[in-house]
Amino acid sequence: MTTTISLTDGSTEDAPVPAEKREDGSPLLEIRDLQISFTTATGTVDAVRGVDLSVYPGQSVAIVGESGSGKSTTAHAIIDLLPGTGKVTGGSITFGGRELVGLNRKETEDLRGSEIGLVPQDPMSNLNPVWRIGTQIDEALVANGFQGSKAERTARVAELLGEAGLPDATRRARQYPHEFSGGIRQRALIAIGLASRPKLLIADEPTSALDVTVQKKILDHLEVLTAELGTAVLFITHDLGLAAERAEHLIVMYKGKIVESGPAAQILQDPQHEYTKRLVASAPSLASRRIQSAHERGTEAADLLAGHADEVEATVSDVVVAKDLTKVFHIRGSRPGAHSDFTAVDGIDFALPKGHTLALVGESGSGKSTAANMVLGLLEPTSGTVLFDGKDVAKMSRKEQFALRRRVQPVFQNPYGSLDPTYSVFRSIEEPLALHRVGDRKSREARVRDLLDMVSLPQATMRRFPNELSGGQRQRIAIARALALEPEVLVLDEAVSALDVLVQAQILTLLNDLQAELGLSYLFITHDLAVVRQIADLVAVMKDGSIVEHATTDEVFDNPQQQYTQDLLAAIPGASLEIGG
Amino acid sequence: MPENRYDKAPRPGQGHFVAAPEDVTVGVVDAVSVDEAPTSMWREAWRDMSHRPLFWISAFMILVVVVISIVPGAFTSLLPRSGCELGSSLLPPSSEHIFGTDRNGCDIYARTLFGARASVLVGVLTTSFVVVLGTTIGAIAGYYGGWTDTILSRITDVFFAVPFVLAAIVILSIVPTRTSLAVALVLASFGWTTIARITRGAVLSVKNNEFVTASKALGMSRAAILWRHVLPNSAAPIIVYSTVALGTFIVAEATLTFLGIGLDPSTVSWGGDLSTGRSSIRTNPDIMFYPAAALAFTVLGFIMMGDVVRDALDPKARKR
Repeated sequence: MTTTISLTDGSTEDAPVPAEKREDGSPLLEIRDLQISFTTATGTVDAVRGVDLSVYPGQSVAIVGESGSGKSTTAHAIIDLLPGTGKVTGGSITFGGRELVGLNRKETEDLRGSEIGLVPQDPMSNLNPVWRIGTQIDEALVANGFQGSKAERTARVAELLGEAGLPDATRRARQYPHEFSGGIRQRALIAIGLASRPKLLIADEPTSALDVTVQKKILDHLEVLTAELGTAVLFITHDLGLAAERAEHLIVMYKGKIVESGPAAQILQDPQHEYTKRLVASAPSLASRRIQSAHERGTEAADLLAGHADEVEATVSDVVVAKDLTKVFHIRGSRPGAHSDFTAVDGIDFALPKGHTLALVGESGSGKSTAANMVLGLLEPTSGTVLFDGKDVAKMSRKEQFALRRRVQPVFQNPYGSLDPTYSVFRSIEEPLALHRVGDRKSREARVRDLLDMVSLPQATMRRFPNELSGGQRQRIAIARALALEPEVLVLDEAVSALDVLVQAQILTLLNDLQAELGLSYLFITHDLAVVRQIADLVAVMKDGSIVEHATTDEVFDNPQQQYTQDLLAAIPGASLEIGG
Repeated sequence: MPENRYDKAPRPGQGHFVAAPEDVTVGVVDAVSVDEAPTSMWREAWRDMSHRPLFWISAFMILVVVVISIVPGAFTSLLPRSGCELGSSLLPPSSEHIFGTDRNGCDIYARTLFGARASVLVGVLTTSFVVVLGTTIGAIAGYYGGWTDTILSRITDVFFAVPFVLAAIVILSIVPTRTSLAVALVLASFGWTTIARITRGAVLSVKNNEFVTASKALGMSRAAILWRHVLPNSAAPIIVYSTVALGTFIVAEATLTFLGIGLDPSTVSWGGDLSTGRSSIRTNPDIMFYPAAALAFTVLGFIMMGDVVRDALDPKARKR
């Protein structure tokens, strides 16, 4: 993993001083009583209200908070990249003893890149798709005053890419962003961020769009790299586990204020503020056990697995069984008639016992969502069968299939896309009832009220529209809608992945309570092993279309058999950290 | 990873800080506000528009034109044709003839008022036809995709490639009586392509939403999903374009009538008046001014309205 980095640099004035020499100096970055407001049509919104923080040379500091806490706004204010109408209305930001608030545009531009680098959040949209990677790094060098000929710059670009962990850097520099995976793009962005040897690197959710194993590799590499260069890093993240693992000083923000800050270990082991306590308690990577109530049902998960270990015959207790399920997609080629086959799901077997949760875990492209869509009947399997209560779904008549729809319902990932914005909450929840001709108008309204109670939302919510609700509330509505027809199976496709930690914990608890109350079976599709431990009884780990490991949750976490599963578990941020009760 | 990271003593200013509990109150996570009135997307768009002066200006302009086109007689006692006396040809503006008279001795003020009807009628009819035809074709092409899309899109391209005015001239020259309806039908039969393309694009972006997949999983038929979920969510760009297109169709009608192949000369229209006024442009250019100004006023009203509507319905401007 460790790469040797040459510190001899064309631009000598930016050559970093080793961190040790400045150990006892003054802070590199000091923010005092920072106030930031946004002007909107409805008035002024104070996004950041009196934030104090300091970063010492070579130190790593993390700001943790949920969406809307003001963490990104604070970081963007440092390099004057506030979006839209955002303005610093008070306080000071000093960097290396120099006041940054009120600098003119030229001075700020000089500062960006050469003194303070930025690694942005989304590797998919932060590289310009029409330019070669090398050109984009070269541009960063030129913009920050790199003196040197064309050939020297090209050599430097290759050096930077190699440093960021890209093999075969010279060839890579001539490629376009679309030829790279998300992880490689993020490495290129890190190379751009560090191109001019800045003293401070702001990493704004640098890996939240990436798979966990990739995330771990990139963060490890970033850590080694910045340690060798003596660069201070300011992490912005929503993940407390990741923050605690990567930074020595933590700052927890909530609603534009710092609620707690201090040494990472101390915050984790001894959180003082109510909010931090909740956060530590809910962080999925830190919480270690299945939300209780599964065991109250009195069935031992191990017994269940024994029942279908030989997947030749579906036992009565399995509500959904997939046998040798395969899906091949035809990918259209460049010429008509030319096409290639892509096997998304390759002969998988799994069984979902009644009243329990089976988690299909895998990274992007592992075929887990394709498998879920086949269970939902949205995709036709190329071969293999889905048995529902022992009956082959493919052999059912149209009428039977329509009836089956009532018994299997999905909840999707994106809380902003899963509800029709033109429908009121009432209409959204009532739609399945109307479609399947359940009851009359009055009984349907009563049912909608019941369902809202069930997902712990006030009944008055039914007059609202999705745009007025938060992500967690929308996800509750989506669950209520899915439950309207009293299904037996819910397919939860990354249903909590887009939510803030506290909200995520609430939804998981809600799902768990509903399962205990209604005897639901969940097929839980996720990339996040940490969440699996909280909700699932059984786990099937998928990789490249196949199931590589299928066991009870405890077995998978305590005694993973496959190397891939072990890698996945090791990559959970904060997995190795200990927290106090 | 340095092993001793957590053992280091905190540096100055980095000790353990805890905000006072009363300073940051942690409320119920994710509480729903139940006090405000519910707002749908459309209601929010309306609230946004009603704060803009441009909306009220353009709405007033459109209202004036529409009222005049419905009851032109309420604003003048003179008639556009029967009151004409050749003896009072080319009179300058006076108390009797506010805008003066044209070569035939007709009152220009009355003719300008009565001309509104033809323009508004052709504009509204053409836009209605275009929206129905274009939306249908675009929505089917975008939603069903595959071969349906290929065929419908190529047909759209063929119509798109035909020069709009040229095609209208050719077809109108063989139409026996060129009524407002006939002109609107001809304009619509070549003017639907842009709206078909807009609809197709909007439908493509809406149909991959998860609420559409959720409806499929409920067993809803494809046609029902298109009608109940996809089309309502694609409506915004269609409405925006239609408002602007209404103005441009009025211009197209005036152009064709000016060239003598639009509305029959028996219909009072701004295009026709511009055409007749042209013969005296050297001596009395003001005769052309009034119908031209009325035309510009009307078209400006619709185009400005289109701008306001676009701003209000722009998904990026909408509150999440």
